[in-house]
Amino acid sequence: MVDPRAAAARRQRRLQRVLPWAVIVLLFAIWEVCVRAFDVAAFVLPAPSAIFASIWQFHTPILENAAQTLLTSVLGFALAVVVGLVLGAALGASALIYHAAYPLLIGFNAVPKVAVVPILVIWFGIGTVPAIITAFLLSFFPIVVNVATGIATVEPELRDVLRALGASKLDIVLKIGLPRAMPYFFASLKIAITVAFVGSILAETVAANSGIGHLMVVAASSFDVPLVFAGLLVTSLMGILMYAIAAVVEARMTGWAVRSAPTAGTVTTTA
Amino acid sequence: MEHPYVELDRVSLRYGGADGTLALQDTSLRVAQGEFLAVVGPSGCGKSTLMRLVTGLWPASAGTVIVAGKEVTGPLSIAGMAFQNPTLLPWRSVLDNVMLPLEVVRPHRRRLRRERAAYEARATALLALVGLAGSANRFPWHLSGGMQQRVSLCRALIHEPHLLMLDEPFGALDVFTREDLWAVLQEVWLARRPTVILVTHDLREAVFLADRVCVMSARPGRIVVSREIDLKRPRTLETTYLPAFIELAHELRGYIADAREATHG
Repeated sequence: MVDPRAAAARRQRRLQRVLPWAVIVLLFAIWEVCVRAFDVAAFVLPAPSAIFASIWQFHTPILENAAQTLLTSVLGFALAVVVGLVLGAALGASALIYHAAYPLLIGFNAVPKVAVVPILVIWFGIGTVPAIITAFLLSFFPIVVNVATGIATVEPELRDVLRALGASKLDIVLKIGLPRAMPYFFASLKIAITVAFVGSILAETVAANSGIGHLMVVAASSFDVPLVFAGLLVTSLMGILMYAIAAVVEARMTGWAVRSAPTAGTVTTTA
Repeated sequence: MEHPYVELDRVSLRYGGADGTLALQDTSLRVAQGEFLAVVGPSGCGKSTLMRLVTGLWPASAGTVIVAGKEVTGPLSIAGMAFQNPTLLPWRSVLDNVMLPLEVVRPHRRRLRRERAAYEARATALLALVGLAGSANRFPWHLSGGMQQRVSLCRALIHEPHLLMLDEPFGALDVFTREDLWAVLQEVWLARRPTVILVTHDLREAVFLADRVCVMSARPGRIVVSREIDLKRPRTLETTYLPAFIELAHELRGYIADAREATHG
């Protein structure tokens, strides 16, 4: 016999899986209809069909440039993860370092990164390096702040329990601080990876010979607006992809923090 | 008491510099090896301060603290502690939570890798002793508050400390769970005989568990009464309804009232 409530729950879950795709398809459909109905010129707002046609037509350069952007974003992001973890752990573990470095960090983060790119170009020339560094500069801050918060908010009693056992400061950071900061860390990764793309593309639009940002600048200067939109669409797809990867890693590493999915056989849930 | 295990000699503690709050004033206290001491007092009397002084987490402003024949100058590495909040690590299973001190305390931290099975057996036996057999692989958030507090107690005991410091460990529990855990704690203490200092505001708890109860005055705290509890062990819930038990709790209640009166009046 089929439990009607279980069947309803299954339908609900299936709907939740399909819904995001349905919304995207619907959005594109409305967009297409509006562009056609009001006869909007392609250099103002191209129809989705024109954008997809453009993607197909230029798929080789788009792929090449997307690969370049993906590379610089991921490298900048990886750098941000390493620096963010180390710096965040240092800030979180030591009140002295925190007070010494935090105002500087805030000030640094407030600097518009567009203004930094020309300096990077002077130092490193046009191309890959400024894009990596810009991606890094934008994405390391949320990681530092989150890791530092996770470590700094260890309960005093827990710290006392360990200190009364003769634990060193390093012991406390390794055994409690870092594991405790992991949910904060992985949450920040989802923000950091998306802003890493912003950084790369920013640098590419200012000074680069390749990358999606460069492609869009070139396309815009020749009024190929469908190709500009194609670039936006591809960037957004890459962003979603990396976000999804970060989310999967987060779910695997910090399942304990979610607590909604107890391991089988330990807790029975009531309907 | 010829050679006390814990000795406080005219210890004072002041927070925040020379004109800060005086939390503890000229407190002297001696605890024998294997003794179960309870410290009670009105709230804010510096009971928890006393805990941190004895374990060396905070340095005294004046006076000396001696534990196991040595003057305390930094955090002790031999104490087990449990607090009102069980402070379990949610990313670790119950077993791994209990084994945490073994990863920190010498000499166990060096032996742990090689003799893991033996240590796990010890942790499992301890969990069974507090009535948590079969919960070793569950996670803290699967457990009720009382069960979490039992795990916290195991964590305080796993490295077989000579000194056990308990700061209102059952304060957040309902009265039935609390009484269950009194029995559990008494059983553990009778089996291993560590020196225990229990800070509590529950007079029945103090009388049930302790060999001796110290009453502290309101801030600045000092010990005003030291009362031997000569009820025979093991004590059971029946003990708590004996006239002698009620008499003791009543007497202590009087001292607390006096201690509060001294500041308010």
